[in-house]
Amino acid sequence: MAELLIKNGFVFDPLNGINGEKMDIAIRDGKIVESVSDQNAKKIDAAGLTVMPGAVDVHTHIAGGEVNTGRMIRPEDHVKDVVRKTAITRSGTGYSIPSTFVTGYRYSKMGYTTVMNPSMAPLGAKHTHEELNDIPLLDKATFPLLGDWWFVLENLQKGDLAGCAQHIAWMMETTKGYAIKIVNPGGLESWGFGRNVHSIDDVVPNFDITPREIVCGLAKVNKMLNLPHTIHLHTNNLGIPGNYLTTLETMKALESVPNDGKPICHITHVQFSSFAGDNWGNMKSAAEEISRYINSHSHMTFDMGQIIFTDTTTMTADGPFEFTLYQLSGHKWVNSDVETETSGGIIPMHYKRTSAVNATQWSIGLELALLVKDPWKIFMTTDHPNAGPFFAYPKIIAWLTSKKARIATLAKCHKKAQKKSLLPSIDRELSLYELAIMTRAGQAKALGLKGKGHLGGGADADVAIYNINPETLDIANKYKTARKAFDSAAYTIKDGKIVVKDGEVVQNVDGRTIWLDVKTREQLKVDEEMKRKFKEYWTVEYENYPVFDHYVKVPEAITVKADV
Amino acid sequence: MIVLTPLKKFQFPVHAECINPDVFQGKSVKEIAALAVWEGNKKRKLGDLFKIEETPAKTPDITINGDATEVRRVGQGMKNGEIVINGNAGMHLGEKMAGGKITVNGNANGWTGSSMKKGLIEIHGDASDYLASPYRGSTAGMRGGTIVVDGNVGSDSGCYLRGGTIIVKGNAGPFLGFHISKGVIYVEKNAGNRLGASMTGGKIVVSGAVDELMPTFTVNAVKKKVKIDDTFKAEGPFYAFLGDLAEHGNGKLFVSQPSNPQLNAIYDKYL
Repeated sequence: MAELLIKNGFVFDPLNGINGEKMDIAIRDGKIVESVSDQNAKKIDAAGLTVMPGAVDVHTHIAGGEVNTGRMIRPEDHVKDVVRKTAITRSGTGYSIPSTFVTGYRYSKMGYTTVMNPSMAPLGAKHTHEELNDIPLLDKATFPLLGDWWFVLENLQKGDLAGCAQHIAWMMETTKGYAIKIVNPGGLESWGFGRNVHSIDDVVPNFDITPREIVCGLAKVNKMLNLPHTIHLHTNNLGIPGNYLTTLETMKALESVPNDGKPICHITHVQFSSFAGDNWGNMKSAAEEISRYINSHSHMTFDMGQIIFTDTTTMTADGPFEFTLYQLSGHKWVNSDVETETSGGIIPMHYKRTSAVNATQWSIGLELALLVKDPWKIFMTTDHPNAGPFFAYPKIIAWLTSKKARIATLAKCHKKAQKKSLLPSIDRELSLYELAIMTRAGQAKALGLKGKGHLGGGADADVAIYNINPETLDIANKYKTARKAFDSAAYTIKDGKIVVKDGEVVQNVDGRTIWLDVKTREQLKVDEEMKRKFKEYWTVEYENYPVFDHYVKVPEAITVKADV
Repeated sequence: MIVLTPLKKFQFPVHAECINPDVFQGKSVKEIAALAVWEGNKKRKLGDLFKIEETPAKTPDITINGDATEVRRVGQGMKNGEIVINGNAGMHLGEKMAGGKITVNGNANGWTGSSMKKGLIEIHGDASDYLASPYRGSTAGMRGGTIVVDGNVGSDSGCYLRGGTIIVKGNAGPFLGFHISKGVIYVEKNAGNRLGASMTGGKIVVSGAVDELMPTFTVNAVKKKVKIDDTFKAEGPFYAFLGDLAEHGNGKLFVSQPSNPQLNAIYDKYL
């Protein structure tokens, strides 16, 4: 029996209402327990340190076709960040698109233990899982892109929600996926014909259906299937000035879906969906309008998509948006149309303080996070690597917890952006408790991961210990000290094993890949008609399509009982 | 002045970005000997690989006596001072250099002066491929400063140039000045094919023969002389081309008229 006792730390465990109490955390066989015997257990002296559940990332592109193509087109990104091997860790490269192993190590160093890969073309599912297998130290899950998948569009067009639900249940098993990802609904199918949709009521070519119907239909299907996470939505018109109106309309449209007071949709990287103005010259923040809506409604959750000023790589299934970026930047561009499923695009991007647009985007992300009163609704992400690489999270923590930090950065930004920014008027500084919600508890709750994001009995023993003494360190004032502490955790514990000590990886363990085994009353029969479609429309025969069990190295299937 | 002499013929690449006047500044010989370098995949100290001596002479700040073909990244990012290499230099010499001077009394290897910003690099032998060009995939070309090569340069030299001057007294390989937007490249002898491909601005001058000229350049005039820098004008006559039109480019490409009789039949009728 492997026992571990974390003694006398200041514990922040929002899901159990613990706010900085000095207490012990006991671990046995990879799970949190009430107590362990004092003699046998290995002890960690956490006196004067902050103890939190292992952090959870709700949205980070770390594996799959897009990520790998991004790696291929950016040798200049890797050459500046070469990681040498150690006795324990393998060599690799960064920077914005790190190699799989480096991804695992860097997340773990910051106290992260669970991450979600939010964008997987079903056709690339096998590849995605092969990469996820190679990301150590983290539990992972991946979301198949289903918003423009032909079977979904056909069923929703017919109004057959139950049929759609069966297909999606089958798809979760087939791709070993975890949630329904929707990117620019309708837009990706249109992109196959060089077009896009520009409002939620535009009709998708060849399918008599609108983005509104896709989003609301899938939200209802998600509920019928009792999936742990909500639908995970990247809105229409993303990254275009004036798009906050589309975002508001989408959120209002979702009010029509019955919700029993619980969230039914997660809008991801909401910063990119909150632009006001009507061109790039007068583009400004719509954080006030969006946060006002969020504060008065409870059917949605969000994540930030915070801009980091650095050279990064954008990659999204939103092909038409990447084309817009290509026209703006003239940078090297990869475009793809994934058969009947989705599209994709990749463009390097350098976010600069001296650009009025980039600096305004930076400001919007923070404004949203601070203006939304309830930290259970908005989570910290950079939409890695789209708005910045994930290892910049400690910087965001500093901006969120310290007005001094964000004003210092704002002072270096473009004058026009400074003038428009709402940040000087926002005095809120997040406490460690609120931070624990935005970086782990809230994310785990939104994802429906019962064993993650808290330190109550029975939870997975994923713990992060930081070198912060909340009694003596004022993080709002000494934000650089806090940033360093969050940059390299004193300890990261994964499944009860110490994997990181003082910011260095000390042990290598495989993380699990979580997927959903959805039990519908009637299972989808893969009939001749479906096989014919695979034969005619896909380059892959049906028999080669599914991710077989042996593809997933350490699987953890969560069984879900559906209502249909 | 610090004099470095290789203690052996290096079999593996040595990554020695610490050989830089800014780093050596104010350090004793003992401290310099303790600087970290990589030899292949092994971490070493500079003193393990080089004999390090101090001489009373003030300049140059650093001299390397002997073959440094495998010693990479010498003078990377240097801002001040002077390095002299009496022998061949390794890859990435003076990469991202921001000031000072490097002299090579021998040949230089790939990516010499890559993405440099300021300063002077003189090579009294040949330079290999990618002279002054950014690393693969990057568009951050040389922005300023001067590179003078007495011998020949390899392929893909001066790519993405956006400032500064490159003077080649010998021949240049293919893809010279690919995608440049500003700055000047002068080749005293011949240049290889795909000369100035995708250029959008800047100036390339070739006094010798060219293998071929891209069809996306249009001839404008014949010039007697072309200014290279404040002190030097190249003697013509030169065909003055404009391009690369495939990129809506406005770059100026000057090719010697007497050295390229094969072009007369094609272009003289447009003048």
